Amino acid sequence: MAENKIVLEAKGITKKFPGVLANDNVNFDLRNGEIHALLGENGAGKSTLMNILYGLYHPESGEVTVEGNKMQLNSSRDAIKHGIGMVHQHFMLIPVFTVTENIMLGEETSHRASPNENPLVKLDRKEVAQKVRDLSHQYGLEVDPDAIVGDLPVGIQQRVEIVKALYRKANILILDEPTAVLTPQEAEDLSRIMHDLTEKGVSIIFITHKLKEVLAIADRITVMRAGRVVGTALPKETNEAKLASMMVGREVILTVQKEPAKPAEEVLKVEDLHVKDVRGLESVRGVSFSVRAGEVLGIAGVQGNGQTELAEALTGLRHIESGRFTLSGKDLTGKTPRLITETGLAHIPEDRQRHGLVLSYSVADNMALCDYYQPRFSKGVVIQQAQVDANAKKLIKEYDVRTPSAFVNAGKLSGGNQQKVIVARELSRPVKLVIASQPTRGLDVGSIEYIHKEIIIMRDRGVGVLLVSAELDEILSLSDRIAVMYRGQIVATVDRKDATREQLGLWMAGVHETV
Amino acid sequence: MDWKRFGFIFLIIVILFGAVVLVGHTKSSPIIIITSMMATTIAVATPLTLGALSGVFCERSGVVNIGIEGMMLSAAFFGWLAAIYMFHIFGFGIGISITVGALFAVLAGALMGLLLAVLSITYKVDQIIGGTVINILAIGLTGFLNRQMFFGKGSIFGGQIPNSPGVLPTIHIPIEEIFIPLCKSANCIEIVDSINKVFDQKPIAISAILLVFIAHYVLFYTRWGLRTRAVGEHPKAADTVGINVIKMRYANVIIGGALAGLAGAYFTIESVPSFEPLLTNGRGFISLAAMIFGNWTPIGAWTAALVFGASQALNIKMQLFRDVIPPQWAFLQQSYVVGLIPYILTMIILTGIIGRTTPPAADGVPYEK
Amino acid sequence: MQSETKPGSPIKSLLRSALDAMLIPFLAILTAVILGGIIIAVVRGNPFLAYYGLLDGSFGSAKALSETAVWATPFIFAGLAVALAFKGGLFNIGAEGQLAIGATVAALVGYALPDWLGVDIPAIIHLPLTIIVGMAAGALWAAIVGFLKAYTGGHEVINTIMMNYIALNTISFLLNGVMKDNAPNNVSARTPLIAESARIPTIFEGLRIHWGFIFALLVAFLVWWMLNKTTLGFEIRTVGANPDAAKYAGINVKRTIILTMALSGMLAGLAGTIEVAGLNYRHELGFSIGYGFDAIAIALLGKSHPLGVVLAAILFAAMRNGGTRMQFLTQMPVDLISMLQALILLFVAADAIVRYLYRIRAQGERVVLTRGWGG
Repeated sequence: MAENKIVLEAKGITKKFPGVLANDNVNFDLRNGEIHALLGENGAGKSTLMNILYGLYHPESGEVTVEGNKMQLNSSRDAIKHGIGMVHQHFMLIPVFTVTENIMLGEETSHRASPNENPLVKLDRKEVAQKVRDLSHQYGLEVDPDAIVGDLPVGIQQRVEIVKALYRKANILILDEPTAVLTPQEAEDLSRIMHDLTEKGVSIIFITHKLKEVLAIADRITVMRAGRVVGTALPKETNEAKLASMMVGREVILTVQKEPAKPAEEVLKVEDLHVKDVRGLESVRGVSFSVRAGEVLGIAGVQGNGQTELAEALTGLRHIESGRFTLSGKDLTGKTPRLITETGLAHIPEDRQRHGLVLSYSVADNMALCDYYQPRFSKGVVIQQAQVDANAKKLIKEYDVRTPSAFVNAGKLSGGNQQKVIVARELSRPVKLVIASQPTRGLDVGSIEYIHKEIIIMRDRGVGVLLVSAELDEILSLSDRIAVMYRGQIVATVDRKDATREQLGLWMAGVHETV
Repeated sequence: MDWKRFGFIFLIIVILFGAVVLVGHTKSSPIIIITSMMATTIAVATPLTLGALSGVFCERSGVVNIGIEGMMLSAAFFGWLAAIYMFHIFGFGIGISITVGALFAVLAGALMGLLLAVLSITYKVDQIIGGTVINILAIGLTGFLNRQMFFGKGSIFGGQIPNSPGVLPTIHIPIEEIFIPLCKSANCIEIVDSINKVFDQKPIAISAILLVFIAHYVLFYTRWGLRTRAVGEHPKAADTVGINVIKMRYANVIIGGALAGLAGAYFTIESVPSFEPLLTNGRGFISLAAMIFGNWTPIGAWTAALVFGASQALNIKMQLFRDVIPPQWAFLQQSYVVGLIPYILTMIILTGIIGRTTPPAADGVPYEK
Repeated sequence: MQSETKPGSPIKSLLRSALDAMLIPFLAILTAVILGGIIIAVVRGNPFLAYYGLLDGSFGSAKALSETAVWATPFIFAGLAVALAFKGGLFNIGAEGQLAIGATVAALVGYALPDWLGVDIPAIIHLPLTIIVGMAAGALWAAIVGFLKAYTGGHEVINTIMMNYIALNTISFLLNGVMKDNAPNNVSARTPLIAESARIPTIFEGLRIHWGFIFALLVAFLVWWMLNKTTLGFEIRTVGANPDAAKYAGINVKRTIILTMALSGMLAGLAGTIEVAGLNYRHELGFSIGYGFDAIAIALLGKSHPLGVVLAAILFAAMRNGGTRMQFLTQMPVDLISMLQALILLFVAADAIVRYLYRIRAQGERVVLTRGWGG
């Protein structure tokens, strides 16, 4: 039967990177018209496998056949030739180009151009734009061909990526973590689109680490761990717990064990804050809330609704247009990051490699990054290296940071251990409030568990925690109160016990009615 | 083009032209002065225009090119050397000698471009360091060979510089032939004649203007331009649709080198038939400012280059009016003083006060697969 | 604070970090020397005689050593200037202008101050004053660029180059005008001689080597100490390594950028000042041309490490100095030295080429300064 025909098959794929065996003799197949999910935690090898299928990496060994034809794996042109299209997690779109220009890039003329054709051929934007409109209608993926991609919301950008693949006549679509940047509502739209596509003859592989999603959308689930395929399951024969343990290789506790919170006095008070983003557009539009000592306030919301700018404003990294905030009564509006830190605010930044660490410095130096000038590390202007090193050794042990020594460059540590360095540093000061922005992004399950535990420990010690996360599960698991941010405003605040996933999803999508 | 930028350019042009007219109006009529300034401006803006175009191509594909100065210098030298060889050693006529000279200049520029490409694309050397290496290499190489070939005792030319075959001729555009018969007064004839002088330019100057428009078309209306810009904004995205990022960058940097080479040819083949060490005098760097001010577009860069050219033309024209300068303006005579204008202009432009500029997003970042 | 080195005595850790970094530059020099020898052979010279001349002229006698030290002094200061800026993530191509400004201002204080005040000034005041003013002038010249970078995002590469030309023009104007030496038989654009009280004494009778050389070595050590052992040095290096993290760490990035440029300019200004006070006793137009680019080469060759800079400076000084002897022995023009230096720079910059030639594994961080044009 047509539904069961195998359209793509990968056999014995092995891929090595320096120091890492990313894919170890992997076998994978895709049937016609199915939605096949590839599940695994960060670093399991899923993206590597997909990049190989799309011709971006060359495997050490193994082969891929599409509809029975063996595929050359030299470049993405080969994959495109075989009808494979890929939508990456971080979009491969050029923000300053229009939708049409992005779609026509590489295939600038109406007939399938080879790379050696006349470079000076004139671009026919009108013709391609018309084709884009036709495709949009055909597949129900509305996009405006003349819009500048950089101005489009993320959900629409993703549609552009899909249309881009369809323009190249893809009938196998690979989606890499497609819902990472979508609201729950948009994720549902996407799953509808995926089913429509399969009905029109497209077969889909999608990569994810989200258990609920996989059970809801996929026809088949393949689990990968540490570069190997661990098993394949059908959604109706498995559940979250089983999948999680396949992903990690042991029993996984999916929710954090914790005592009820004992909130005390207010530590952070934010009043009508207005902040502009890098482009000068207002991204925090009148936000007010407060956090008490000993509680976790989780700010839920899809990335791009002002949370990043909010966190930056509260840590002194971004200018505050109007409004104010106080920490334990002290007004810190517009003050320098240093003063804010000294008043007792700790920050676990969203982008640990860019803001949290100097990768070329040793672990020891990174642990003193914010306090190097304090008396405990410096006598006047002279830095006491011995004290810095002793402090590092102590923290490494206390926080179980896996590193050969305190003198190794921070860049050599794994993501989880890098995050531990940051957490260790921030919490080893007297702290009243911790702002944790996307603290477990890109981490393996073990590190995620650790960070979650640390957040609860902080809370129980009487520290206030402001948790900003796009992962709804994380918010639900850790927060005592939840606020939802949408388009720069807090649209709702609830106690954890009154919050449901559905309701939060609606708020995150800007819908104001209650379910 | 936004109004702030346009207004700034307009203001500077008015000031510069105004200054010359003010100083010289006792000697010649204002119209003659203005047209003569325009003619000189277009001529001296030539290396700046070409240098800026060189920058545009390199940077649009993602490679910062600080070495334009060195490329110009090498091209100026090798083009001149080739012309001399052709004339004195191989015995060719003047026309052929200088044409070959110009071609060699372009070739020299392209080779330097290739060097920059190898350093910064393949070996991923920091692009500013790579460009600086090109500059230092150019100074060392041209200085060494200049001395070796012409001044050393055992050198080929026996210790003296042979006469260069000459410079490229001015090309006459027959405007006056068409309009003078319509003239009724001697004044009108003089005016038409001086307007014609604006259009009578030498080949490289004319090529520079043509190349501006060609570059504009290529960059924004052809496949090459789309791919180049893609590679400079988001090379990974371009890679995923099958574009060879490395090849595109190499090609564009070599083209940039060739353009800088043509700029170099201007110095020794079109402007003055002799070579002096460091004769480029910072023009390569001012080209970069023109490129930035023009927001990495050919036409914008050309406009900025004209402004810089005008300030240089001011310097030149002031020398003509030495004898009639009112005493309070006497300091303007000193070329050191007026010569400061391009540099100060550049710094003002870079503050972004006249308008923010956006470089290509991946400019300066080596591409790792 | 140092990365990747165990704590130990300052001298030991200084030496170890320098040794680690020396391998590639050493091999780069070796390759350039070989290539240079080939070039010499091609233009019908004798490479061995040429290099012998080079070595003899730079180290072969007391006079040679003294002259090498004399040449090395400004190279050390200028190289430190560029190296310090590199550490702070800044590319200071303006050492040339800062140096010239320092020299000019120092010369002014040197020859004009006694006249203005109408009295002779004791050396114990005049000399330090001259040096301090020269340093300050260089610092100011560079700080302007630092300010523009910090507050407008104007890239320091082009701005420092523009300041170089502005300096050149301004100094030409002054040295041909109000600051010109009005001695009857003088036609050059130069200042009068500075007063005796503003001169740095020589170390040995009959040789030109002066205490400025020793001062240069001392300053090199101070720069190393400041960069690696003080809070200011930590701030400079952190801004250079990761300005985003520096901001997050509470460091005032704008202030640090301006300070880094000012310190860098100060060192370049010192280069010019010490040349005036210790060697020429005046400033003449054209005397300092080319030091700026040499400084860049020296800083890169020395891997931006103060000890490396000192060694690279001595190497370049030796090449300059020995070049005359080499020319005397072999008729090879002194410009060959510039060629050699350019080649060395090429190989140091493209260390991947050297690595490939000698099969050395890559390690450590790559110098990345280009972060686009800002704005």
